[in-house]
Amino acid sequence: MLELVLVSTLNGVLYGMLLFLMASGLTLIFSMMGVLNFAHASFYMLGAFFGFQISQLVGFWPGLILAPILAGFIGALIERYGLRNVHRHGHVAELLFTFGLAFVIEEIVQMIWGKLPRDYRIPPSLDFSAFTIFSTNYPAYKMFMLLFAIGIFVALLLVLTRTRVGLIIQASLTHPHMVGMLGHNVPRIFMLVFGLGCALAAVAGVIAGPALVTQSNMAALLGPILFVVVVIGGLGSLSGAFIASLLIGLLQTFAVAVNLSISDIFGVFGIHTNPLPFLSDIWRVTVAQIAPIMPYLLLVLILVFRPTGLMGTRDT
Amino acid sequence: MSAIELSGVTKNFGPTEIIRGVDLSVRDGERHAMIGPNGAGKSTLFNLISGRLTPTAGAIRLKGEEITGLRPYEINRRGLSRSFQVTNIFPRLSVWENVRCAVLWSMGYKYSFWHNVDSLADVAERTESILRQINLLERRHFSAGVLTYAEQRALEIGITVGGGAEIILLDEPTAGMSVAEAEHAVALIRKLSEGRTLLIIEHDMSVVFNLADRISVLVYGKVIASDEPAKIKANQAVQEAYLGVAA
Amino acid sequence: MSERAQTASAQRSSGGLLATAARYGIWVVLAALLLTLPRIFSSSFTFTMLSLMGISIIFALSYNMLLGQTGMLSFGHAVYYGLGGFLVVHAMNTVTKYSLPIPLPLMPLVGGVAGLFFGVVFGSVSTRRGGTAFAMISLGLGELVASSALILRSFFGGEEGITTNRTKLLRIFDWNFGSQIQIYYLIAFWCLVCVIAMYALTRTPFGRMCNAVRENFERAEFVGYNSQLVRFFAFCLSGFFAGIAGGLAAINFEIVNSGYVGAEQSGSVLLAAYIGGIGFFGGPIIGAILVTWLQVMLSDITEVWQLYFGLLFVGMVMFAPFGISGLLMMHAPLWRARVLWRLVPAYLLALAAGLVMLTGASLVIEMAYHLSTKAADGPMMSFMRVAFSVHSLLPWLMAAVLLIGGYFFFRSSWPYVEGAWHDALMKARERGSAV
Repeated sequence: MLELVLVSTLNGVLYGMLLFLMASGLTLIFSMMGVLNFAHASFYMLGAFFGFQISQLVGFWPGLILAPILAGFIGALIERYGLRNVHRHGHVAELLFTFGLAFVIEEIVQMIWGKLPRDYRIPPSLDFSAFTIFSTNYPAYKMFMLLFAIGIFVALLLVLTRTRVGLIIQASLTHPHMVGMLGHNVPRIFMLVFGLGCALAAVAGVIAGPALVTQSNMAALLGPILFVVVVIGGLGSLSGAFIASLLIGLLQTFAVAVNLSISDIFGVFGIHTNPLPFLSDIWRVTVAQIAPIMPYLLLVLILVFRPTGLMGTRDT
Repeated sequence: MSAIELSGVTKNFGPTEIIRGVDLSVRDGERHAMIGPNGAGKSTLFNLISGRLTPTAGAIRLKGEEITGLRPYEINRRGLSRSFQVTNIFPRLSVWENVRCAVLWSMGYKYSFWHNVDSLADVAERTESILRQINLLERRHFSAGVLTYAEQRALEIGITVGGGAEIILLDEPTAGMSVAEAEHAVALIRKLSEGRTLLIIEHDMSVVFNLADRISVLVYGKVIASDEPAKIKANQAVQEAYLGVAA
Repeated sequence: MSERAQTASAQRSSGGLLATAARYGIWVVLAALLLTLPRIFSSSFTFTMLSLMGISIIFALSYNMLLGQTGMLSFGHAVYYGLGGFLVVHAMNTVTKYSLPIPLPLMPLVGGVAGLFFGVVFGSVSTRRGGTAFAMISLGLGELVASSALILRSFFGGEEGITTNRTKLLRIFDWNFGSQIQIYYLIAFWCLVCVIAMYALTRTPFGRMCNAVRENFERAEFVGYNSQLVRFFAFCLSGFFAGIAGGLAAINFEIVNSGYVGAEQSGSVLLAAYIGGIGFFGGPIIGAILVTWLQVMLSDITEVWQLYFGLLFVGMVMFAPFGISGLLMMHAPLWRARVLWRLVPAYLLALAAGLVMLTGASLVIEMAYHLSTKAADGPMMSFMRVAFSVHSLLPWLMAAVLLIGGYFFFRSSWPYVEGAWHDALMKARERGSAV
């Protein structure tokens, strides 16, 4: 039991940190530009595939650096030549643009790399087990992912709080209009932040690619969960996104490990009949089986009790 | 009975107190002007009365009934309608539609999805009469977004009075207008507020002293005086705080 | 004459007959068209296509009640479509099992009620917020239902789905609805009813307030309307019509599966409505027809048709945000002034340039696709009936020349288009038809 709790906690925090790598970029972009980048998970996928391709040619480590730069560059170009033109048509048009973009990126990835999973391998230098908890060997690569994600998180925190650029970004989070009036080149900041956000998502993709499955549907699988994270955290709140990322990471990881169903719980109290013959599945499904829908159930719950999300203040 | 009655109303934004305990009484049927320097909290006070913001403390009454914390549409249905300092219309709807939207609720059509809106004679009649009064009947087929600034301000007033509310709040209706346009707007306001209660924020002193039955002076989140125009003019505190000691 | 006087006189005077004819004439014409279409195209392939279009029209219009009329961008509209479909199939199976006296033509109503019910349930959660938050919540709810569909196997039938037999229900007029033409008439009937109902809805006080909420939800609150409630009602009604569309789809295919409630279905209705144009009532109809046609035709021609589809959509968002109907309406004043022909030469020039560019782009796409996915088939492929090897340099060079050359050709043709447009508009103004 203790073993399960420890391993699940580690995995949950890891998954949560990966989510936050993406959610942070998404939140930064949303707060500054008012655009929720629907294609954000697509850049995560691009990161994984670029990383895969580069690792095939020159190895994993150059990919870790080059893939996010490449994805960030593409993101910046898309902001400059696509999104910026759509801006005058309003936020709905911007959201639709990024929606179409996600669609196109998925198709292109499918066209180039096919629909089947690609064999993106863990680098040999990290292919060993870091430590053993009771009987579970915990892979070194997962420890590396965790530490790397935390490292990026700390770096982001430092940049935001200690540097000039960070101060401008922070200022534009709360007072987007004022920053322009202070004489900063807002379009260029937008482009940089958009590129940076995409690069952060790509970092998550590069390090998650070898551990999870690198496949053309990975954006479509993760995207909705990512948006659930930012809505639960409260749109535009970085700290909210952080809490929600960890919450969902832990929730999903623990849920997978629990093999209980409602009938089991009622069974404890000696009730064995099934009151809902038509929906007997609800009765029999285990918590582990509903793990994929946990984030969405949490979303509904949060919305019922706190429509603006955990830390949300801005109503859009 | 007062049309609007504020007692001890305060509003904080974070740690900052913007409205610091306002007591105000607007009498039934009077034209009441609110003046005060920039940043005194006049628009915030309007937002509190109309339900756009909720007060931190204190009570607001409309015709004796407490409305503190009610939603804007609930307050509007109780007979209070307001305009906005920054033009706040339905830009891609026609001028006609803009005014008609303001008319529908008060004529009892609510969320009806069984009436054909174009064949409601009573709605058309009211809409037309308001458009004639604000001088936009000729422009009724245009999108509101393409009107001139002065026309949009007139439309703003038209939307505000469309529901036939007894109590009207106008937030700087003449701001940004030329002298001629402002004169026209004041004449319009005078006509439209006939038989209603009017609370108006205005910077132009000639307009204020010309139009208002009573004036309240808001300085730094507090009402420092509330009286007839002549007495306000003579009030020492007002002169110091607002009109300038030299005046 | 004033608006009021116009409508009042239209009701009373003898001119009322003409006005009534003008008002209802279009529906009579539409009904006649729906009745004659199968006589013009009488292959079973066209019946199938027309049936799909009819379903798609209802679905796209129901979607536009949200996006176009009320300003709510939903990424999960398939939920109401799909649940409508599932409920109809279960209802049909129940009716067959107990031999209940309910004929097939009434079954879409079951879908509508199901859509309405789930619209009420999910709408009460999601319509509290507008804008971006609503969009994200609709996405989350869509995923919730789509994932649940795979878990709750006895209701949703797992991956295989649930089948039904539409011919086993109570017969009226001896129609068993076994043939596609009978299904076409059933769909055409419901399509006409739904289109009229949704159009009528836009002409009511509620419909107008939906527009007001779309334009400025805050101001709507200051004229007495609860914006949240307007959004909620619009959401429920839209769910109702989506449910009817889903029910018809279930009857048409005689099978429903988890794909009905999935993200792909939600995305495709969004694309259809947007490409057709969300600013005009008829826009989504155009979009639904075009997209259904493209889905059937393009998927025969190219295997990466979805990419073209996505590029078309992104292009529309960037350059024609009001969709096809918006582009058409732009030309209406020129048409009225009879100066539209003046644009023809410039348009032909730009069209030629566009086609060159498109050929180049599509050559690149097809070759890249062949190279990556069909490597096992060898390097030979054909494009526009010309066979060549993707390993040789020439076709790539050709593609580059076509693409880049076409782009510059198009750019240099654009000033002519603008010039012609400007001239035509000036002419139209002289004749007093355009403002």
